[in-house]
Amino acid sequence: MNHLLRSQAPIGDAAWKALDAEAREHLSPALAARKLVDFSGPHGWEHSATNLGRTSPLASAPSEGVSGVQRRVLAMIEVRADFELSRAELRDVERGADDPDLAALDRAAHQIAVGENVAVFHGWDGAVTGIGEASPHERASLGEVADGYPRQVAGAVEQLLCSGITGPYGAALGREQYRRVVETAEHGGYPLLDHLRKILDGPIVWAPGVQGAVVLSLRGGDFVFECGQDLSIGYDSHDADTVRLYLEESFSFHVATPEAAVALSP
Amino acid sequence: MGFDQYHEPAGELPAATRTFARLCASLTEEAEAIGWYEQRIAVETDPEAIAVMRDAQGEEFKHFTMDLEFLLRRTPPWREVAQGILFQPGDIVEHGEEAEAEAFEDSGPGAEGAYEDGSLGLGSLRGAAR
Repeated sequence: MNHLLRSQAPIGDAAWKALDAEAREHLSPALAARKLVDFSGPHGWEHSATNLGRTSPLASAPSEGVSGVQRRVLAMIEVRADFELSRAELRDVERGADDPDLAALDRAAHQIAVGENVAVFHGWDGAVTGIGEASPHERASLGEVADGYPRQVAGAVEQLLCSGITGPYGAALGREQYRRVVETAEHGGYPLLDHLRKILDGPIVWAPGVQGAVVLSLRGGDFVFECGQDLSIGYDSHDADTVRLYLEESFSFHVATPEAAVALSP
Repeated sequence: MGFDQYHEPAGELPAATRTFARLCASLTEEAEAIGWYEQRIAVETDPEAIAVMRDAQGEEFKHFTMDLEFLLRRTPPWREVAQGILFQPGDIVEHGEEAEAEAFEDSGPGAEGAYEDGSLGLGSLRGAAR
C-alpha cells in the first residue's frame, strides 16, 4: 500500500476501476500542457526536486580557506483536488450500474486539469514560472473576431523564426478562442482550424484555463514538465454515507528557452 | 520498421501503453538475439570466437531480464503470475495453471490501480492532440 491509501477505502474493485476510468476520460481531453511540452517521468511520489545544474553563492564560509556554493533546484509542487462521493452510488456500481453519479469526480478532474494548464502556460505565483510570463516576445491580442486569428498566429510563428526557433509549432487555445476557431469557416468555406494547423505545422489544443492563446515550438528541449507522482486518485476518509477522495499529482515545470513561445492575449 | 511495435494507431495510445509496447518489442529482440547466439555458438569451432559470442550472449541475458523486470513492475497481474512460475522447482505447467488461477481470481486490479504507482497512467499526451 502506498501513500494513496486506496486499499483502506470502503470501495470494491469494480468501483475503483470505474472511478479510474471516469477520471481518465475527463482528464485526457483537458490536459493541454501534456500535449505540447516535453514530459519527463513519472519519477514517483518521493521525487522532490528537478536538477537545474545551477548554484547560488553563499554569503559566508564555515571556516578559513573554504568556500561553498549552494545547488539550486526546482522543488516539486503537489496539487490536489478533493471530492466526495455517495457510498450508495458506489455500491450500485458494484451491482453493475452503468450510470453512476460521479459528477464530483468529473468536477475535480476538470479543476486539476485547469490548474495544470494555468500553471504551465501562465504560471503560479511563487511556485511555477509559466510559458507566457517567461516569453520575452511582445504580446499581441487575438481580438474578438476569429477571422483575424491566422494573421496573429502567423505573426507569432514569424517571431519565433526571427529568434531562431524552429518548428513544428503548436498552439494552446483558451475555451472561448478554441470555440471560435472550430465554428469558423473562412471565405470559400475552408475551416479555420485547418488553416491554423497548416500555419503551425502542428496541433491546435483545447486548453481550459488558458487566457487567449500560447504558440510554442514542439521541437523539444524548450519546456519540460517533470512529473513526480502522476495523476492518481487517493483515499482520505469516509462516514456512513460518503467517501472522501482526492485527485493528486506532483510536478515541476521548467522553461529552458523562454523565446520558444509567444503568448497572445484574448 | 521504426513504429512496428504499435498494433493500434500510436496517436490513440496513452503514453504508458506506448512505453509498454516499446519494452515488449525490446524483450522480443533480446530473446531473438539470445537464440541466434545459441545457434552460432553451436556451430562455431574456433574457441576464441565462441568465447566472444558467449560474452555477447551474456549481455543479451542481462538486457532481456531488465526488460522483463520493467514490464513485470508495470503490470501487477503479470508479476503475480510470474511470481508463481519463475524460480520455482517442480512442474512448470502446474505452477502456471495455479499462478494464473490465483492472479485472475478477482476481476483484476481495483484498489491497487492498474499501474504500479497507483496512478491513472496518463503520462505524456503528445500525439493525442487534434
